[in-house]
Amino acid sequence: MAVKFSGCLRGVSALSILSLLCLCGCAPTPVENKNSVVIWHWMTDRQPAFEELSRRYEELTGVRVTFELYAPSDAYSQKIRAAAQSVSLPDIFGILGEKRDFSSFVKAGHVLNITPYMSADSGKWKNVFFSKALAVNEFSSDNTYGVTPGIYGVPIDITTIQMVYNKKLLKQIGGNPNRPPATLEEFLALGPKIKASGIQGLVSGWGEVWMIDCMANNYAFNVMGKDKVLATIRGDVPYTDPDWIKVFEIFNQMQNSGVLANGLVTMVNKNAEQLFANEKAVFAFNGSWCVNVYKGMNPGLEFGAMLPPTVSSRYPMVIWGGAGSSFMVNARSPRKEEAVKFLRWLTDREQQVFLAEITLNLPANKDSLKKISDVLAQFADDIETSTHPNVWGVSEFPAVVEALDKGIQSIVIGEKTSAQVAEEVQKIKQRELSKKNNK
Amino acid sequence: MRIKSTLENYLFVLPAVTIFLIFYLIPFIWVFQLGMYEWDGILPTKTFVGLSNFKEVLTQDNIWWLSMWNAGYITLIAIIFQNAMAFMLAMACDREIKMKNFFRLVFFIPPVLSEVVVGLVWQWILDGNYGLLNAWLLKMGLPHLVKNWLSDPQTALTTVAVVHCWKGFGWGFLIFLAGLQTIPRELYEAARVDGANAWASFKNITLPLMIPVAILVAILTVLGTMQAFVLIIAMTGGGPAYHTQVPVLRILASMRGSSRFGYACAQGIVFGVVLIIISFVQYRFSKRSRQY
Amino acid sequence: MKSDKYYRGKKVAVNVIVYAFLIAVALTCIFPLLWMFSSSLKTQETIFRDMSLIPREFHFENYVLAWKQGGFGRNFFNSIVYTSVVVLGIVVVSSLAAYAFSRFTFPGRNLIFYMFMAAMMIPIPGSFVPLYVLLNKLHLRNTAIGYILCMINVGLSTSIFLLKTFFDKMPKELEDAARIDGCSKLGIWRHVALPLAKPVLAVVVVLNALNVWNEYVLALIIFDSKPLMPLQVALMTFQGEFITRYPLLMAGLTITALPIILVYIFMQKYIVKGVTQGALVG
Repeated sequence: MAVKFSGCLRGVSALSILSLLCLCGCAPTPVENKNSVVIWHWMTDRQPAFEELSRRYEELTGVRVTFELYAPSDAYSQKIRAAAQSVSLPDIFGILGEKRDFSSFVKAGHVLNITPYMSADSGKWKNVFFSKALAVNEFSSDNTYGVTPGIYGVPIDITTIQMVYNKKLLKQIGGNPNRPPATLEEFLALGPKIKASGIQGLVSGWGEVWMIDCMANNYAFNVMGKDKVLATIRGDVPYTDPDWIKVFEIFNQMQNSGVLANGLVTMVNKNAEQLFANEKAVFAFNGSWCVNVYKGMNPGLEFGAMLPPTVSSRYPMVIWGGAGSSFMVNARSPRKEEAVKFLRWLTDREQQVFLAEITLNLPANKDSLKKISDVLAQFADDIETSTHPNVWGVSEFPAVVEALDKGIQSIVIGEKTSAQVAEEVQKIKQRELSKKNNK
Repeated sequence: MRIKSTLENYLFVLPAVTIFLIFYLIPFIWVFQLGMYEWDGILPTKTFVGLSNFKEVLTQDNIWWLSMWNAGYITLIAIIFQNAMAFMLAMACDREIKMKNFFRLVFFIPPVLSEVVVGLVWQWILDGNYGLLNAWLLKMGLPHLVKNWLSDPQTALTTVAVVHCWKGFGWGFLIFLAGLQTIPRELYEAARVDGANAWASFKNITLPLMIPVAILVAILTVLGTMQAFVLIIAMTGGGPAYHTQVPVLRILASMRGSSRFGYACAQGIVFGVVLIIISFVQYRFSKRSRQY
Repeated sequence: MKSDKYYRGKKVAVNVIVYAFLIAVALTCIFPLLWMFSSSLKTQETIFRDMSLIPREFHFENYVLAWKQGGFGRNFFNSIVYTSVVVLGIVVVSSLAAYAFSRFTFPGRNLIFYMFMAAMMIPIPGSFVPLYVLLNKLHLRNTAIGYILCMINVGLSTSIFLLKTFFDKMPKELEDAARIDGCSKLGIWRHVALPLAKPVLAVVVVLNALNVWNEYVLALIIFDSKPLMPLQVALMTFQGEFITRYPLLMAGLTITALPIILVYIFMQKYIVKGVTQGALVG
């Protein structure tokens, strides 16, 4: 026993020496190059492309830009918040979250107001972008967050969230591969045929509730128009309004007709993508990044993009779009001028085209659309008719959003009716409103 | 002399206490007092709200208590099913059987595997449409047992609990095995000489000596399972509706989804208090049973 | 009187049942490992279409790719260092404390022990943020020692609890004998208590090694420079925001699983008594 332990002791001392060497070797703070700009991001897929761009920039200007990757996005989010708390954010970073979080960062003084740079030269930089892309990074003059109006972020790409369909499978169930269902009725009619053929209908990441929220919101806009939806968020219209019940009913109808995939309510988006890529599902509700994903898993997949089938023609069907990844400049950084200059270069046409080609994401720069693939172009076409919660100027209470999304899940699994869900959501809305008014 | 001896005693616990004070207590106090504020985690200003967060958790937050109930259900299944299995497997491996080392190695694989792999594999097995389990059930001629295991509200929670047991039994197995090994063999020898059969020596030697270990495993199981969430996110996302929602997921939702950091801290404190109460009860029970 | 054959038959039957049970459980445990390994040999396109356990083509280059692209060399070394130092730290610190809680009496003993127990039960949500701020103040942010100290703290409570339970069970005769021989408290701890507690220590080692080896969130938050990151963080690069490169991820996960399995195999020997001592029991 004693022998074993002296052997252990030897191992222990070896390790301690090793670790001490290690600790000495890694100095806690490397000498900071006064010219180097540090960017923290979470976009794993783009790290090689970013590194190439940073190399080109250094050749061009002599300024060193370092892209540091911290993935997955959840952990990145926590890192940013921790760094914000100890006021040690890097020169450029991204804020993952909703407009409300964005506004808090701005109010805490972490984000540089880049309106002066954007508007210089009669808005030369500003005009390079899709208006929607800029809108999500902007706080308008009547925003309810209490933020000084202005532009605070630079979009470097955009995404839209729509539906895609498998051309071959659609033909198989009797549809027209070049003309996907445009109205809800046509869509629901396909339900029985889908069930009979043994394949799945619509797949989507509804286990990650925000996707349900997106589709519910799309249909809300279609059923009652933008103004009424925003009025509901402000609290002027209750969720028990017949129009809202109609929106909830749509999900019930979809489930009853058989057009939704089995197990949709707990499906993770990555799973949904696998199913669609492997031709086991006819429709998918996903974002424009899916083009890249499907290509990776099944290069021969023939598919097209479509809008969610409309339920009424009174108001337009509006999808979510415009928001993608954005970078913000640290207001306290000693290198903010350099940082802004780099972001300006990054969003120039040439760099955006490069990024779009390599990573198959939609560029934020409107002049860069020429060289993208067909399907991606279909997504891009619908950008201008899109909307996004981050541009409305008001946010719904998270508790209400959660109740709504989980409520729709309950409808799909047959546990609650649309009327019940509407009542529950409204109850929570009133509770939140009274909390807010009591402050 | 006395003082010197007492000082020596303190020295033994000094390193542990120092590290604990700095790296646990200070963050804990920060979080604890944060439960009394309404804060989104980013703004430099916080609003003091006294005990209203705690009141909200205890009286208004139905989903919180639903998640506690769910976690309790999973934990109950773990205590019974998982630990029984771990104990039986440890007993089986304690004997002289062939391939003992192989089994010991294999049973520890589930805890070693990353949650990513476990989530993916079980999702694939349990998938309602293309999963291995359903395919197998069909082949065995049991089509009425085929279910959408992870999305059917009636089976989702139990399915998640079973996967948790699968991942966790390796720990119980290890600790039980260590415990069984510390029972002196001479006791069994003496019993056999006295004419006792297998069941009698189990009842009179193994069981009493293993009770403290069993309690230890039970406490650790409760703590571990009540706090589980990674696998659940990977398999069901907390759904369908709220059927597989657990407390840690609620805390995360408050922190990230609603940006209510203060409220999340209050939830965490309430959670901790409940766990303390449960563990205290278990510990007292063990003290009493040790007076055999 | 029941015949010999009855007893032998019964023994065989019991053995068969025991074996069947063991093998069934073992199969469910091996299956994911095999799936992980076989997936690592497929390609991104075939990984979900080719459902068989034995891939049609063997792409061993995935491992080389994963190693290079994940930057595994440096991070692998880091993980080994962190895990070893943390485990060593926990073993020493917690066994000292647990021994004291079990054998000594001093004012405040129970209080301090219950404090550690309580720490096990109260998870601190979002504890990463205050830890980060704390490390920043101590100028330990982005340093190996800062991470190591945090990780030692994480495993302390459970380890102390495990060790104290076993120390309590231990018979005191050997320690008393050593004390009469004039051994100091530290000496008794080192020469008598620790060797007797080998099985439990092995469990503590495995438990904490696994925790540290698989940890990545705290590492990601505390470290800013890639050369300091442990392996798990490097592994995350395969789990992209939109695209997960599954075969490479599986290869990476297989590589990551191996050292821990080795640690377990090594530690197992301490948990199990030698064959000679167990051979007397049927």
